[in-house]
Amino acid sequence: MGTLLEQAVIALEKPLKEAIWDCRMCGQCILHSTGLTCPMRCPKNLRNGPCGGVRANGNCEVFPDRPCVWVKAYEGSRRLPLWRDHMQHLNPPVDWRLKGTSSWINLVSGRDHRRPAGWDGDRM
Amino acid sequence: MSHPPSRLGELLQRGEFVVTAELSAIDSPDPAVTIARASRLRAHADAINCTDNTGAHVHLSPLAAAHLLAEAGIEPIMQLTTRDRNRLGLQADLLGAAALGVRNVIMMSGDDVSAGDHPEARSIYDIDSIQLVQIARTMRDRGIYLSGRKLDAPPSFFIGAVENPFAPPIAFRPARLQKKVEAGAEFIQTQLVFNLRGLADFMARVRDLGLLERVAIIPSVAVPRSARGARFMREKVPGVFVPESIVRRIEGVPTERQAQEGIRIAVELVSGLREIPGVRGVHVIAIRWDEGVLAVVEEAGLLPRPAAGPGPGVRVAALPEGA
Repeated sequence: MGTLLEQAVIALEKPLKEAIWDCRMCGQCILHSTGLTCPMRCPKNLRNGPCGGVRANGNCEVFPDRPCVWVKAYEGSRRLPLWRDHMQHLNPPVDWRLKGTSSWINLVSGRDHRRPAGWDGDRM
Repeated sequence: MSHPPSRLGELLQRGEFVVTAELSAIDSPDPAVTIARASRLRAHADAINCTDNTGAHVHLSPLAAAHLLAEAGIEPIMQLTTRDRNRLGLQADLLGAAALGVRNVIMMSGDDVSAGDHPEARSIYDIDSIQLVQIARTMRDRGIYLSGRKLDAPPSFFIGAVENPFAPPIAFRPARLQKKVEAGAEFIQTQLVFNLRGLADFMARVRDLGLLERVAIIPSVAVPRSARGARFMREKVPGVFVPESIVRRIEGVPTERQAQEGIRIAVELVSGLREIPGVRGVHVIAIRWDEGVLAVVEEAGLLPRPAAGPGPGVRVAALPEGA
């Protein structure tokens, strides 16, 4: 998809972010507000924190053998020198049209900051 | 157009200690069945939750159940999960609920389909529960959909959300509750509470965040019917943390007296909860055992329930923010 430049950026971004963060290429990266843990690995696609089904050992309700993405996110956010308060951000609904596109390009172009007109979360 | 207010919201605003219960899952197309089940609880509960495919098992839709209750003069709380509908379906059902006289809505992610009777199903999870809370508030307060398009008239909602004070990461749970309050939650029903000390710690941290004036917190209490049931809850139900000591206590009495012991445990928990500052009511749940709920409400000294306020059509003053 997209121009040659986009394809080139994706060719760089995808393997890098997949290797480091198991990135799912949602195209609207919020890693800095989730303790550098990709929230799209959560089977419920949660963007604002863990569900109530997290097991006592900190593992996922859906995949009992895997740690909860949001437990890792919270712990990661406590270790970061920056962005610790970003866990409190009300992250907007995912724009599924951006899946598979480059979040780097979307960041530079401002595409990932477009919100539906009825979304108030970022203003609070 | 008249908007009867939420009776639940009104009771909380008056400072009543509220009691809520849960309609057991309905698998009948006969509306009389829904009404009969809800009627058993009506004198003991101020509002009744209509669950949304609870445990990821298919049942009568919460919209239909809540509508039937509202028509019968029983206050419903419509549960809505983000598991089964995308943002279009969710907003359509919110508006539909308002049109059918449902004033209380409570939003959650829902148990994953892997726990249910259609484990092969595709989950939706288009938006998350906190985003849905925010969307419901925007529909009510700004009269627009998420898209920004205007509604002809805004719906009237008393907006709820859920929280599990006991699930990891426990240190983050009060902050997550804060996010829900910021998004628009006015009342919270918690996951089942067995650990009073744990809940007191959670409530103290919620108070420190300044949330108690903004949101009414209603903890849930289960009425275990047998040692086997308590053991099942402890070992199989995600998000429910039953201490081994509770299971042992029920196992310690003969089978025919276990239900009575379960009621006693629940009554003790309700009494303990009432001592915790900031607790505004209790949500009593027994799995397919309404008599257990009735006994707990009665033995905990929560009867009679307060009388209804102004009748339908009378508009009370707007609720203070987060009442």
